Amino acid sequence: MRRLKDILSGIYVGFIAILLYAPILVLIVLSFNDSRSRVTWGGFTFKWYATLFSNGQILDALLTTVVLALGSSAIAVLIGVPGALGIHAMSKKKYNFFMGLTNIPMLNADIVTGIALMLWFVHFIPLGFGSVLLAHITFNIPYVILSVMPRIQQMNVSVYEATRDLGAGPVYSFFKVLLPEMMPGIISGFFMAFTMSMDDFVITYFTKGAGVNTLSTMIYGQIRKGIKPEMYALSTLIFIAVSIILIVVNNISDKRKTVTSDNGIERI
Amino acid sequence: MNESEGRSSSRRTWLSGPYILWIAVFTILPLIVIFKYSLTDNAGSFTLDNISAVFSPINMKAIWFSFKIAFGCTFFCILLSYPMVLAMKHLGLGKKSFSLFIIILPMWMNFILRILAWQMILSNNGLLNLLLTSLGFEPVRIANTSAAIMIGVVYDYLPYMLLPIYMAIMEINEDLIEAAKDLGASGFTVFRKVILPLSVPGLLSGTVMVFVPSMTSFVVSDILGGGKLQLIGNIIEQDFTAGNNWHMGSGLSVALMIFILISMPFTAKHEDQGHESVIW
Repeated sequence: MRRLKDILSGIYVGFIAILLYAPILVLIVLSFNDSRSRVTWGGFTFKWYATLFSNGQILDALLTTVVLALGSSAIAVLIGVPGALGIHAMSKKKYNFFMGLTNIPMLNADIVTGIALMLWFVHFIPLGFGSVLLAHITFNIPYVILSVMPRIQQMNVSVYEATRDLGAGPVYSFFKVLLPEMMPGIISGFFMAFTMSMDDFVITYFTKGAGVNTLSTMIYGQIRKGIKPEMYALSTLIFIAVSIILIVVNNISDKRKTVTSDNGIERI
Repeated sequence: MNESEGRSSSRRTWLSGPYILWIAVFTILPLIVIFKYSLTDNAGSFTLDNISAVFSPINMKAIWFSFKIAFGCTFFCILLSYPMVLAMKHLGLGKKSFSLFIIILPMWMNFILRILAWQMILSNNGLLNLLLTSLGFEPVRIANTSAAIMIGVVYDYLPYMLLPIYMAIMEINEDLIEAAKDLGASGFTVFRKVILPLSVPGLLSGTVMVFVPSMTSFVVSDILGGGKLQLIGNIIEQDFTAGNNWHMGSGLSVALMIFILISMPFTAKHEDQGHESVIW
């Protein structure tokens, strides 16, 4: 009975894994396809990987995507972390009010957020990299706040108060007590924001104007004419790079989990 | 907690100044602007036509279709995710970050490309039919149908359902399950009385993360629906890009937003539990 359950579970997990990875496999295969057509196999080639690095348009879009993701998540952390600290110190009523506002960009449909921002932007700035950056910061801040807030709630405030009583300045106490406590939340918020920004299409599409392209909007533009094979090559490279990064990060965090208890106070 | 911090914390509230300013300028004001557009015509005078356009036959058809897609997508995502998480738990894959990794990694391949890959898999002479005919089955014709769109959105949003359910179920204290078993509960009773009730928060947040986006997406239906099947997102998008009819598009957006607001109280209940993400 238990054996049967093992087998069934294994088959089911395998089935979902195939479902999740089948299209990815298709794309990886296409990146090695010598034919420009999506439906015929023209033999194995590495040439798209070579031409990728001389394709200025795609490299430009890649650079824009990465700079946008890094910039918007960094700024989201700089605004969001103090924001979370401040909101946490408010009365229950104000706290709920501002956390409700924080949820708006997350609950609203992307298409509505994108259109609302675009309609607003056209009144005072030209649509371009700047407007996309502002839009990405806007939808990234909630991810930072929502991952830092549980950390702040768990924080032992007496330790902060104690360092202040013992004569530490507020800035010193912040860096020595509050920041280390919040760090795991800040890191996960940053990476959430980074991922969301890299992955966004809809909001970028509406706020970007004519000149700028991220990878997503560039791919969308190519759908009718046919996707450039270099795009498959680039996606495969990104996919492999992220796999390696995730494996390394997961290994490190698994090890850390077993070494330190998650108590916080002894880390000071 | 808020109260116990006393006076020193009340001084800390100014830290949120920049963020509150940001909300005002980039969350509240854009919403006011879109409302203004939705309530005016091209000449700038007040009208309710853009909002009431929701009730035109074409738009009603798109909204009804969007609702069916969103409902079906949420349903199938739960149907696929729940057994997946239970199977992972059964196989002891639960606490390992490797299993999270399996769920998250596909999200790093650009989603438009992944949907295009589905187009190739599902097309009439695509990979699925190649597989079916080589196994001796009849080929299926699902390219450019609502079934293809459904497969696309379920695929796209499955990780957003898997993750919260996964987190809710893996957090269940193993002792509770052991205790229920010791007291004579059968496997099914343990599921019904312990696992299912404790996974409700995960189911709810998964539903929030899947329902609204699948209802309003326009890329999936664009690619897999062959341009003939329109979700409300497609109509709004065309108002802004092809039709250049911003007021109408805003009216439909506002109507969509109202619909989402109405469904919000149902999600607000578990909102303040705020779990830290375990993705990283």
